[in-house]
Amino acid sequence: MDWVSDNLDLIGSLTLDHLRQSVIAIVAGFLLSLPLGWVAWRYRLLRGWVITVTGLLYTIPSLALLMILPVVAGYPATSETNLVIALTIYAIAIMVRAVTDGLDSVDPAVRRSATAVGYGDARRFWAVDLPLAGPVILAGLRVTAVSTISLATVGILVGVTNLGYLFTNGLQRRITAEVLAGIVAVALIALLIDLLLMLAGRRLMPWVRGRTPARRSAALEAAA
Amino acid sequence: MNLLADAFAWLSAPEQWSGPNGLQHLLAQQLYYTAIAVAIAAVIAVPAGWAIGHTGRGKEIAVAFAGAARAVPSFGLLVLLVLLFGVLHKPEAATVTFVILAIPSLLAGAYAGFEAIDRRVVDAARAVGMTEAQILWRVEVPLGLPLLVGGFRSAVLQVVATVTIAAYVNLGGLGLPIITGLSLRRYEVVLGGAVLVALLALVLDALLALAQRAAVPRGMLAAQGQHVTGPRRRLGPDPEPAT
Repeated sequence: MDWVSDNLDLIGSLTLDHLRQSVIAIVAGFLLSLPLGWVAWRYRLLRGWVITVTGLLYTIPSLALLMILPVVAGYPATSETNLVIALTIYAIAIMVRAVTDGLDSVDPAVRRSATAVGYGDARRFWAVDLPLAGPVILAGLRVTAVSTISLATVGILVGVTNLGYLFTNGLQRRITAEVLAGIVAVALIALLIDLLLMLAGRRLMPWVRGRTPARRSAALEAAA
Repeated sequence: MNLLADAFAWLSAPEQWSGPNGLQHLLAQQLYYTAIAVAIAAVIAVPAGWAIGHTGRGKEIAVAFAGAARAVPSFGLLVLLVLLFGVLHKPEAATVTFVILAIPSLLAGAYAGFEAIDRRVVDAARAVGMTEAQILWRVEVPLGLPLLVGGFRSAVLQVVATVTIAAYVNLGGLGLPIITGLSLRRYEVVLGGAVLVALLALVLDALLALAQRAAVPRGMLAAQGQHVTGPRRRLGPDPEPAT
């Protein structure tokens, strides 16, 4: 483990690169998936199309996608943009499904009640549909975050530097500790982001934890 | 877009499809590694998943394993195992990596298939006097099959994607034109290889989607029609990231 203590600076700067690339992709994927997922959920005809197209993009192996995208879009394969866009596409593929599933999970009776008390479409979406779909969307976001951070390492194969550098460099120099350090660093930041998302979810959606006790107390009151 | 034309010209040139380093050989390699790894993973994961689904115990372990596996970068794991096994045992190191990658999807497919079965169906089978073994083989396994094939589908796609990356450690396969083309700066070769890999993945996905549909027992199709108002059931376990 001498290698790790001698190269903390390198690991630190690679971690920052890695975080920057993955966080942009995760946030972009999330923001783009909300309207896409909503459209797929709202319009039955489009649903099949959106799910199929994102599913097909998701099927394409990352190394192939990282080579095909630059040609189609016309930017250099070695640019960070290339990696971030590829990661965003994979993020969208997972998130769109999470958003449609989340909106599906909202009780239609609740939705009708909101309309009955005078909520318009837009206000109902932000105040009722989206918060209630939140837990399912958050679950999808957590899967997306962890897999994006782990997948980003493939970027080094097209020349985008991040923690994946420790794998290629470690293999060339036959330093097992370097490769292991890379795996541990990736797994640690993935779990850290996952934890942050979970905590953010608890703050933003406090009703998720309180659901069971609340229902029980309502039942008790009814019995009394 | 000229590059795209060059890539297709390279792909369709007869000399790419002959000789020991021809594309047909690389394609066979790719399929061979995928088949071996998924088969080994299935032997391990399917009985384990069925045991979890049948007894309802041990699901936490499977979920934790899948979560941990998602956080570990497959490319890093591949390189680590190649270094640990030694250069002489590269194929073994790669196969172990692929097997580890394929296990979570297959495990989830196996137990999710059992979990999705209406408990009343299992209780009814027990009530008419079926033994536990009969319940397993005649009720749970056939009814859980569509989700298991769904797990098989994500496992295959994930392994195909990782086998492509394995060209970096000189394992061959369809990633080879991509990796060597990159170092030689022959981008039409890189793109040709990438298009071929993408096509292979799409074809395998389509075939397995058909298999998934065929795996639904006939009686279930009729039953499904009566439950249109029920919650939409996903066809397949949670998506796993391609690598």
